[in-house]
Amino acid sequence: MRMRILAALAAISLAALTGCGENAGGGGASGGTGTLRIMAPASPGGGWDQTSRVAEQALKAADPKRRVEVYNVPGAGGTIGLSQLAGEKGNGNLLMTMGLVMLGAIEQNKSKVTLAETTPIAKLTEEYEIVVVPADSPLKQLSDLVAAWKADPAKVSVAGGSAGGTDHIVAGLMAKAAGVDPKKVNYIAHSGGGEALNALLGGKVTIGISGVGEFAEHVRSGKLRALGITSAQPISGLDAPTLKEGGLDVELANWRGMVAPGGISEGDKKALTDLVTKMHDAQPWKDAVAKNGWIDSFQTGQQFADYLNAEQARVKGIIAEMGLVS
Amino acid sequence: MDSLQLLIDGFGAALTPVNLLYALVGVTLGTLVGVLPGIGPAMTVALLLPITFTVPPASAFIMFAGIYYGGMYGGSTTSILLNTPGESSSMITALEGNKMARRGRAAQALATAAIGSFVAGTIATALLVVAAPAVVAFAISFGPEDYFALAILAFTAVSAVLSRSLVRGLASLGLGLVIGLIGIDQQTGQARLTMGVPQLLDGIDVVIVAVGLFALGEALYVASRLRHSTPEVVPVGRAWMGRADWARSWKPWLRGTALGFPFGALPGGGAEIPTFLSYAAEKKLARGTAREEYGKGAIEGVAGPEAANNASAAGTLVPLLTLGLPTSATAAILLAAFQQYGLQPGPQLFDHNPALVWGMIASLFIGNTMLLVLNLPLAPLWARVLRIPRPYLYAGIVVFAALGVYALNGTVVDLVVLYVLGLLGFAMRRFGLPVAPAVIGMILGPMAEIQLRRALAIGAGDVSVLVKSPVAVVLLLLALGALLTPLVRKLAVRRELAPTVIHEED
Repeated sequence: MRMRILAALAAISLAALTGCGENAGGGGASGGTGTLRIMAPASPGGGWDQTSRVAEQALKAADPKRRVEVYNVPGAGGTIGLSQLAGEKGNGNLLMTMGLVMLGAIEQNKSKVTLAETTPIAKLTEEYEIVVVPADSPLKQLSDLVAAWKADPAKVSVAGGSAGGTDHIVAGLMAKAAGVDPKKVNYIAHSGGGEALNALLGGKVTIGISGVGEFAEHVRSGKLRALGITSAQPISGLDAPTLKEGGLDVELANWRGMVAPGGISEGDKKALTDLVTKMHDAQPWKDAVAKNGWIDSFQTGQQFADYLNAEQARVKGIIAEMGLVS
Repeated sequence: MDSLQLLIDGFGAALTPVNLLYALVGVTLGTLVGVLPGIGPAMTVALLLPITFTVPPASAFIMFAGIYYGGMYGGSTTSILLNTPGESSSMITALEGNKMARRGRAAQALATAAIGSFVAGTIATALLVVAAPAVVAFAISFGPEDYFALAILAFTAVSAVLSRSLVRGLASLGLGLVIGLIGIDQQTGQARLTMGVPQLLDGIDVVIVAVGLFALGEALYVASRLRHSTPEVVPVGRAWMGRADWARSWKPWLRGTALGFPFGALPGGGAEIPTFLSYAAEKKLARGTAREEYGKGAIEGVAGPEAANNASAAGTLVPLLTLGLPTSATAAILLAAFQQYGLQPGPQLFDHNPALVWGMIASLFIGNTMLLVLNLPLAPLWARVLRIPRPYLYAGIVVFAALGVYALNGTVVDLVVLYVLGLLGFAMRRFGLPVAPAVIGMILGPMAEIQLRRALAIGAGDVSVLVKSPVAVVLLLLALGALLTPLVRKLAVRRELAPTVIHEED
């Protein structure tokens, strides 16, 4: 047994050494000093986790004296983390990474806590979605897809991530724009872009929707063909029209940002906003944005709060129209 | 051959003292997290991702690969010694491995697991070098209907061999199916059986189920009997594998490798299913004394599944490296690590970064060898764990089980679920229900359901899609065969009333 205890100690101390202990003392003094904690409301490895850990590096570079700690609260599209954040009312030393997916999860899981109980701090990045078909698909452009959809929505199988997630929302918005009942979309949910990619490459599904980063490599290598992207402007280096150019009035960004608990003082809010602004200007952040193909869409204050409200209303609408709320 | 030269270059890159040190740290860490229930290689690699900011890519991947292989191996140790699997992929190992340990053959079970893992890991890594394109083509051709057929085959194979009483086996399987239903339905996004608890929306982690039913259930059961009878003394036995052990192990190692490697390459194939199938196959193929030993500690039942889970780890790397397609949780995080370095695994990776890819493949061979060197001498030492007085030993297990499960998500709800499942596991033991079918049901049930619904949705409701693919037809026929053979055998036995019952299926 002693060996196993040693084993545990070794594992724990190693985790601590690399600066990513799971849980440690929290909160305490506020007002821009003390340990800042960043909650990634997802398991290690995902987009929110990655954003949080990059933020940690950038914050440390921007202010070497500040202690920053990332911790994970996975579950239910981030709504578990959200309800924990709501319990930290008034804590000015806590940030939570979040994004579009959380808005969908709030609606779908009928979460008791909403973003109204948080303090919006900043929008950080955007990633666009891409609609693809296998290279040998008879669908050559977006209008072919619209025609197929109108003929029989059940015959157009759409592969993407989890039900109610960003990919599904794009599918619903596209169907609506094409004049097809969003409820009739034959959406095949997969756990993540990898599984959906497999279904596409094997020719099992008609179209696929995922983040640009997941499919771009395969569009460039010619295994997949892009029918459209959800950005306002074409993306350089990627041979794909925007959905608008293809005739569907849909624009959507899978954005990520940060919020703080509700009920924090104006001083704390300003301190956190300043800190995140400093982080955004730091080199590690810029490097990570470039490396991950994120689009910098920095926004703070009232501007971000308004954006958040508008997005929540839009997501709520389409989720209901797709029949995803029981 | 070109790739051979590249591989040799890869060894050159991997065999620097610093990289060897990283490999050693990786396999050691991997073995440790494999031993601890709840903490797995996926989580460990994820937590170590920040080192990609400071460590050169080759070294980081060498360490991550070591963690991955080490985790697959480490999970078997507690399975064998304590009947408490550290990972769900080593659950099957507990069935025969723990029985061997109780008969004083712990060291042999650990040794066959270590050598089997080494053999499987080495062969599978070699296959990764030569067979990657073919395996990828096979994996991509797998559609939902094929997965569904595969799940059906696994169900029938497992239920045909696992339980002595069909009714009890099915009851346990049913329990697992119900547990597997808990959470958000992936296709419609609706919550099922969550009773309004948001923490249950993502379902119950298979690790919690395995640890609860196996480890806690076992601890409670042992505790309940301690006062009634003096525990049987477990003999520690001889230290090494004898000639007969070798003779009985090598074929299962090879068959386990053959099953594990392609399954690793399948998205959603996982490391668990090949271990089920390997166990079922070995039990079917066993003859003579080996056949009688099943259920009492047959070495084949350890050798095959352990080889299968290590081979599947190597198989996972095939679609990851050639397509950028992660097929397991750990692979998904490795993919994230590649992206941290600005590398996109895929068709171009082998051309653009040959040094890195071949360095990593070479490091897999090195890590594998290190694991063997590290673990083989430790086998007799680990076996002595059984000499620790039961109360201390099982108290320790309960603590580590709780620690590991809490570390998964850091929520108290998981602990409550763990203890509820522990009580369930205790009750199942008390009333003679086998535990393994429950865990198998919970792994296979959701997979069968989701793939069936995907296949039907893609086919727009046409049931005949299920038998349109030749792979699916073959798998379903095999499943039918697995169902019918016991019946046919029974009939044959009845007709002959011959005394040669054991050999009748030769």
